[in-house]
Amino acid sequence: MNNRRSRFLSIMLISGLTFLYVPMILLVIYSFNYSKLVPVWGGWSTRWYYVLFESQDVWDAVSLSLKIALINATFATILGTLAGLAMVRFGRFRGRTLFGGMLVAPLVMPEVITGLSLLVFFISFKQLIGWPAERGFTTITIAHITFSLAYVTVIIQARLTGMGQSLEEAAADLGAKPFKVLTAITLPRLAPGMVSGWLLAFTLSLDDLVIASFVTGPGANTLPILIFSRIRLGLRPDINALATIIILFVAVCVAIAALIMFRQQRREEMDQQIAAREG
Amino acid sequence: MLGDQISTDQNATDRPWLNSDAEPLIRIRGVTKKFGEFVAVNNVDLDIHQGELFCLLGGSGCGKTTLLRMLAGFEVPTSGQILIDGNDMSDVPPYERPTNMMFQNYALFPHMSVEKNIAFGLQQDKLPKDEIEDRIHAILKLVELQDYKKRKPQQLSGGQRQRVALARALVKEPKLLLLDEPLGALDKKLREQTQFELANIQDQVGITFVVVTHDQEEAMTLSTRIAVMDKGEFIQIGSPTEIYEFPENRFVADFIGSANILEGQIVEDSADHVQVLTDIGELNIEHSQPVQKGAQVWVALRPEKIHLSAEAPSEPQPNQSKGIVEDIGYLGNSSIYKIRLESGRIIDVTAPNQIRPKSRSHGITWEDTVYLTWDPSSVMLLNK
Repeated sequence: MNNRRSRFLSIMLISGLTFLYVPMILLVIYSFNYSKLVPVWGGWSTRWYYVLFESQDVWDAVSLSLKIALINATFATILGTLAGLAMVRFGRFRGRTLFGGMLVAPLVMPEVITGLSLLVFFISFKQLIGWPAERGFTTITIAHITFSLAYVTVIIQARLTGMGQSLEEAAADLGAKPFKVLTAITLPRLAPGMVSGWLLAFTLSLDDLVIASFVTGPGANTLPILIFSRIRLGLRPDINALATIIILFVAVCVAIAALIMFRQQRREEMDQQIAAREG
Repeated sequence: MLGDQISTDQNATDRPWLNSDAEPLIRIRGVTKKFGEFVAVNNVDLDIHQGELFCLLGGSGCGKTTLLRMLAGFEVPTSGQILIDGNDMSDVPPYERPTNMMFQNYALFPHMSVEKNIAFGLQQDKLPKDEIEDRIHAILKLVELQDYKKRKPQQLSGGQRQRVALARALVKEPKLLLLDEPLGALDKKLREQTQFELANIQDQVGITFVVVTHDQEEAMTLSTRIAVMDKGEFIQIGSPTEIYEFPENRFVADFIGSANILEGQIVEDSADHVQVLTDIGELNIEHSQPVQKGAQVWVALRPEKIHLSAEAPSEPQPNQSKGIVEDIGYLGNSSIYKIRLESGRIIDVTAPNQIRPKSRSHGITWEDTVYLTWDPSSVMLLNK
């Protein structure tokens, strides 16, 4: 019985890992494929990496995506933090329920609807006030900030609720004015939440295809738009090379994050040991 | 009605609340706090004087913490007025009040060292750097944490954190220090030790303390005065002795310590005592205030004020009874006996275990017939 269960568990584990990692491994392997046809193996080669480095459109798309992602993450974090503070720390104010609902709407709204509504918004504004004159970088950034803001707000709200108010009350009690409380206590305590919010907003923006496709204009291709349009024309191995570089980049980021978390955990354990020795 | 029994042997410096000329440090006038429909604090009045260690004592939800938070400025009274040192606090935010608070879970800033936690309040007052350092040094010496300046709060034990919190609140030398369950997070042994430390520190610094607690033992050992609270109101305010020995009503008699409470009727009223008929017989109670004959009253008898004996008293006493030991709770230093009287009522009696028993079976045991006697002055007459 026990044996059978453990075998069931190992089968589940292996198939889980297989579905997660084998596609990625295959992608990496095929990026070194000499053949021009993706499914046909033609021997080892790095030629697609050279092709990739020479294709200007790919690098334009990468730089546009990164620019949008950076600006988006920064603005979404600032606005999301402010929105979270308003929701959790400002008590009841007029329109609070409506505000809260609007904040989380992008989380539950299908992306196509968000994209479409933003497109309609940009078009009608262009007719009304002549802005935005052209769709592209600006409109995609605004659209991304709109929906990543919701995710950041949720993270900040959760963190603020979990933190409780007593530290801020203690600071006020010791004579700190509200702005000082915010900068000396609330924001340092929120920092981990803001970092996760920033990273999430960055990833969401880098990842987004649907909303960007709606609000983009001629010539402004983000990386997902570029890859997707290329794939419609048939798979090309230089995309595999690009994907491999992205996977490598993400893996390095994850490893660094894990290392930081491990260090922090160690430090907490050591603090606890010190405290226990004292007690 | 009982204050005059004690006031004869008092001097005004130790008990400033009895001196009617003294200007109280805190005046609470008709303060009510409602949360929606819920009335947390209901129209209370209170004066607290300079140098007192005043306890607000009550169960959870009695309004004690709300009252404390109104003193600190975190809650605004729905109606009424709070004056500190003669100044109306209605529009004064927490950061401008001459009060500091020690929070229930200490609320130490986890991203700052002990030193920086304590310096925080002084920095807000823009004090010169060397004065800040001097005061941190002095306060750390007072709470005996000189060697822990650089530690983060997470690296301290519960008792040390408690002292950092106290130091941080005291270092600004507030007119009034508010303490929310200051010992609640400590284990029993440490709590008993810290109670005396806290009272000593208060004595040294001479700052007025207002303490919120649900622990009556803590309140009794710490305070100069206690306000017993229930449902947002003060039930009784007095010194620990007054509260314990002269409770004004059944709630206080029952809430503070334990008491056998009996219902009775006054059958005789003479100059210095009354006779009350209860279901355990007629009780003789020392009482000097006039009462109405035939009135319905309650009497309370503390378990430790009853004398328990296996032998019948040699001469008949005004207050005596006989019963059978129904149950014994052995606490080590004392034992609680549940005695079933002839009327069927069970009376609690506490007796100190003064003599170490010669064998494992001690004097009084289950099913023994025992005799109870008590002094007429020990019975408390309650009219509510």
